Amino acid sequence: MAMSMIWTGMVTISVLCGLVTGQGSQVAAAAIEGTAAAVELSLSIAGMMCLWTGIMEVMRQAGLARALSRLLRPILSRLFPQVAGDGEIMDSISANVSANLLGLGNAATPLGLEAARKMSRHSRGQACDALCMLVVCNTASLQLIPTTVAAVRAGAGSQTPFDILPAVWLASAISVGVGVGACKLLAGLWRD
Amino acid sequence: MGELLFTMLVPFTIAGVALYAAARRVDVYAALVHGAGEGLGTLTRIVPALIGLMTAVYMLRASGALELASQLLAPFLERLGLPAQLLPLMLVRPVSGSAALGVGAELIETYGPDSLLGRTAAVMLGSTETTFYTIAVYFGAVGITRTRYAVPAALCADLAGFLASAWAVRLCFGG
Repeated sequence: MAMSMIWTGMVTISVLCGLVTGQGSQVAAAAIEGTAAAVELSLSIAGMMCLWTGIMEVMRQAGLARALSRLLRPILSRLFPQVAGDGEIMDSISANVSANLLGLGNAATPLGLEAARKMSRHSRGQACDALCMLVVCNTASLQLIPTTVAAVRAGAGSQTPFDILPAVWLASAISVGVGVGACKLLAGLWRD
Repeated sequence: MGELLFTMLVPFTIAGVALYAAARRVDVYAALVHGAGEGLGTLTRIVPALIGLMTAVYMLRASGALELASQLLAPFLERLGLPAQLLPLMLVRPVSGSAALGVGAELIETYGPDSLLGRTAAVMLGSTETTFYTIAVYFGAVGITRTRYAVPAALCADLAGFLASAWAVRLCFGG
């Protein structure tokens, strides 16, 4: 529903603003240009997007996600102290996080939901601290190689579409760090 | 040297993954083609959304409304080190992934993929997620209505991600 309101708002404001500023004909032309631009964008990113989802699938089948999740287990136990004793939950969490790191969005969500379901078995409609942490970790981007964005940059003519990687890692790390910090802080302060 | 490393990062990753998988006796080519097919599925799911959203973004831009809003908010955003042109991207990013992709792609196209602005837009897209969608999926799936501090904490992370993107791009590419 949120998107319906945003979209309706966008086109309504465009028409009103175009009439007020006397740019009505440009708005009319833009409506046609926009559709063509969207199709061009889709075509220009298609090849790279498909190649990378292919590579990700090879990674998944080779067990890279599993190896990664074993590596992450000790760190994650510290982030989720409330459920660290439950091996089953920790398995799902580390599988979810490692799938996120590799950019396997389709694999990450069911794993995360499994962990969420197990940890809120006794919570009766209220989110526990571990669930808040899990959700915040999933709303922050952990993906190590942002392939769709790189595909867009390549489509726009960049020769080195992956040169933003260090900046992406820095920004992601700060964002995740702040999210985790906010969770830990609010867990102590929050009054229902 | 650093540049060569980056140009070779992609081919190295591809070859490395293929070798590792082959050593683990994975049918590499079949897996690759299967995964690529899934990518095509994802793409066909986002194309209709892209068409709807890019049309609206192009209309907004042509009407002058985007410039007006950017100008109004520019002094405030610039104090935070955020370019005002990226405001639409930051507003739409937590709500819809395909909308953010459409808005971001338009910015990258307009300002150039290797400009500071284009790079900042790309880093913002790459370092944040569709927060509200994720929250809806997780809490919806386990039937939880009292989400406590999950939303404010997630939005803190988004804001930090935007600020950090602008800062990291300035750090890595100067300007």
